[in-house]
Parts: sequence; C-alpha cells; structure tokens
Amino acid sequence: MKHLQEKAALREFGDNQIIRVSTRIMVPFIQLFGLYVIAHGHVSPGGGFQGGVLLGASYILLALAFDLKTSFKNFSESMNGILGNVGALIYVGTAVLCALVGGLFLDYSALTALLPIDPIQWRYLGVFIVEVGVGLAVMSIMLSLYWDLSSGGDMDEGL
Amino acid sequence: MKAIALLASVITGAVLLYGVQDFAPWADPTSPASTHVASYYIENTVRETYIPNIVTAVLGDYRGYDTMFETVVIFCAGMAVICVLRRSKS
Repeated sequence: MKHLQEKAALREFGDNQIIRVSTRIMVPFIQLFGLYVIAHGHVSPGGGFQGGVLLGASYILLALAFDLKTSFKNFSESMNGILGNVGALIYVGTAVLCALVGGLFLDYSALTALLPIDPIQWRYLGVFIVEVGVGLAVMSIMLSLYWDLSSGGDMDEGL
Repeated sequence: MKAIALLASVITGAVLLYGVQDFAPWADPTSPASTHVASYYIENTVRETYIPNIVTAVLGDYRGYDTMFETVVIFCAGMAVICVLRRSKS
C-alpha cells in the first residue's frame, strides 16, 4: 500500500485543475442521482443498494480527486460511523416494530396500528423506509472501506 | 505450481460449462423457475403492495428477510475492515 501511495505521489496525479473543477461540478449531480435512485426504486430500476453505492462513490470521487482531508471535511468520520449504524438500525428497527405492534416480523401492513392509513399503502411505504436504511448503510460502509484500504488504516493520506 | 493452478481452473471451467447444458432454455415459461412463485408475483404484486416494480417488491417486501441480512452482512464486512485496519489517532 505504501508503495502504491509513493508511486501515485511521484506521478503527481490529482494536482490538476481540470480534475478538481470537473469533480466539483460532477459530485452534486452524482449525489442527486443517487437520491433519485433510492427514492424512485419503486417505479424504475434501482433501490437502496444501487443508490447507496452512487452516494458513496461521489464521496470516493472527492477523496480521489482532492485528498482524504477534503473528504473528511465534507463527510466526517464520526458522522460516517453514525449513519452506517443508523442505516442498519432503520431496517432492523422497522422489522422489529412491525412485530411489536402486533404483526409478523417485517409485515409492514401491521404498522397501521401506528398511523391509520391503508395497509397496502403501508407496505408501499415500508419498502421505501427500508430502502432508505439500506442506502445509508451501504453509502457509509463503501466510503469507510475506501478510507481504510487506501490509507492503510491510519487515515492520513489516500492514493 | 502455476501449471497446477491453470489445470485446476481449466478443469473447473470445463465442468461448469458442461453443467450449463442442463439449464432451461432462455425465457422458457415451463421451466421450474417460472412455474413456482414467479406467476404469483406477476399477478398479485401491484394488487398487494401498490409497487409497480416487481423486483423492488420482491426484494423489499416478499423477501425482506433476505435483504435485511444482506444489509447486515455488508455492515459486518465494514466493521471487520475497521477493526482490522483502522488505528486510533492518539
């Protein structure tokens, strides 16, 4: 890993105005597309996993084009850990909540006990809530995998 | 050593290719994969969940238990990499 980092430093990649400006332009659109893929997964191809990977990839692009410090400024390490845990918790929590209010585990229609709308509408909504959880977990795990693997674990400088 | 590895890959590939011959034809409506629950999903997904995308409905609702543990597996992989690699700053 150190060898790869030294090789990359010798070639002076990433210190390029074109790369920086185009990354700055592309990242918001990638994130918007990631949110769209998560939220629109009911109708078009997509869902939590794909949207989460897109969101994570936008931050990885920032870390590649600038450096790890810049990506920490945009998305801090502690926030990353919190969001990853919250994402997994949203999924499992929704499932357990369904069981607690009197339905089966992961039976979203039981959530009518909390908010009395059509049970079938609750199944639609439940899938959306779960997809958001999956998206959050996948995004932060992707990003933390990149941080750890590219810096060798000391989070100082990436590739 | 390389020759043994190459031989093992070639033999495994040949066995897999031989196994492919037993697959059902592409888009065969009488194949086992299409006769069990697939027709139920196609007929009832929109009526039961209002979700037009059958893949998402199966992933998030009918097979939600599977997807939950997929998420947990990804989460555990991330935690394992953090435990192995990350060193504290202090």
